[in-house]
Amino acid sequence: MEGQSVEELLAKAEQDEAEKLQRITVHKELELEFDLGNLLASDRNPPTVLRQAGPTPEAELRALARDNTQLLINQLWQLPTERVEEALVARLPEATTRLPREKPLPRPRPLTRWQQFARLKGIRPKKKTNLVWDEVSGQWRRRWGYKRARDDTKEWLIEVPSGADPLEDQFAKRIQAKKERVAKNELNRLRNLARAHKMQLPSAAGMHPTGHQSKEELGRAMQVAKISTASVGRFQERLPKEKAPRGSGKKRKFQPLFGDFAAEKKNQLELLRVMNSKKPQLDVTRATNKQMREEDQEEAAKRRKMSQKGKKKGNRPGPGGKRKGGPPSQKGKRKGSLGGKKPSGLPGLGGKRKGGQHQGGKRRK
Amino acid sequence: MRPLTEEETRVMFEKIAKYIGENLQLLVDRPDGTYCFRLHNDRVYYVSEKILKLGANISGDKLVSLGTCFGKFTKTHKFRLHITALDYLAPYAKGFGVAAKSTQDCRKVDPMAIVVFHQADIGEYVRHEETLT
Repeated sequence: MEGQSVEELLAKAEQDEAEKLQRITVHKELELEFDLGNLLASDRNPPTVLRQAGPTPEAELRALARDNTQLLINQLWQLPTERVEEALVARLPEATTRLPREKPLPRPRPLTRWQQFARLKGIRPKKKTNLVWDEVSGQWRRRWGYKRARDDTKEWLIEVPSGADPLEDQFAKRIQAKKERVAKNELNRLRNLARAHKMQLPSAAGMHPTGHQSKEELGRAMQVAKISTASVGRFQERLPKEKAPRGSGKKRKFQPLFGDFAAEKKNQLELLRVMNSKKPQLDVTRATNKQMREEDQEEAAKRRKMSQKGKKKGNRPGPGGKRKGGPPSQKGKRKGSLGGKKPSGLPGLGGKRKGGQHQGGKRRK
Repeated sequence: MRPLTEEETRVMFEKIAKYIGENLQLLVDRPDGTYCFRLHNDRVYYVSEKILKLGANISGDKLVSLGTCFGKFTKTHKFRLHITALDYLAPYAKGFGVAAKSTQDCRKVDPMAIVVFHQADIGEYVRHEETLT
């Protein structure tokens, strides 16, 4: 019995070896071309087997792929190996196939203004040293840039020039001049860039008042002036008969087309639940707006009363501009933690406070 | 083409709920696939996810319709239900009619007075020939 099993085992082992060898060695008429740098194997054998296969050559394709991959891996095993952090790694040779460009060739850029001028005048760039000897600090400093050799903004003593106003701040003047130079440089750089991309710069072309501007130019200038404020024109007053500009609100943002379907479903089911619940739901935005308006009205009434009292008693110094905002009013609907967020602020700031808008809804009057 | 906003969804659901009531959640949450509502040129379409993914490849100006049109939003943002929605609403429909008298009058009127009108199209006579005398 045991003898038989040993023989059987040996036979089986031999069989396995033969199979493995068969699997590893692949016979091809034409040798494959390998580009191991790109892990590429090109098979130039004529595909007769595939042509004979019929409408669904799935099995044949799979066999072909297996054979070619086996050959590629055989090649990889022949490469020199090294050990990198406990892993055996083969060192790939240089890639021989040249891949095409991903992006098109860059087109030649137009010359900048300086380059045009230099070309015209025949000015060549002079080779300059990077470091210059700085007497003041007694070391080699850069020609320009951080900690440069002759930085006139860093001087601690400036003589007032003979023709200048003695009360003028010379240090500030130098710093201002530096800022202007930097801004001018930046402007020129952007102009060069715009010229290279053939884009239009937002220029102040028609904005300076001459005596001879047409109605349209004046209109445009007026529009630009109106929105050139910190609030982008939101609080600018209009003339009595002037109409509001249309289309000046924020652009609406919609959900993406394939958002999260599950989330969409959940929101819709929640909406349905609320609709079917038959109990009036608390609208947080409305509640907070109502609350804020009531508080504003209270403040206004109090102020009026104080000013009236002040006038009656003849210029009695009123209790200053700051008043703690009245007794914390418990009127109106409240949800949870609104009380904690309410600032006891100046009455004038009432309108600009942001209430606890949990859903971020619009302020609706 | 875009999904509906909260407001639009609410208006549309309120309208549809008048016809099918609570069964609306069966339209939203279906066991046999993910269906969703999409708005295109003011019309609301009820599409399966598969069709939606195919329809997204068509440019907006060339896309005429996709899935089933349930209805459209008018210029004043009211929702009008269309007949094309019938196939989806019919299985869940609630039987109803239009009240002929006000609530107060309904209580005072004699037992044989007409209280509810059942509105139907002319084809109802043909469809329900056996049950109607």
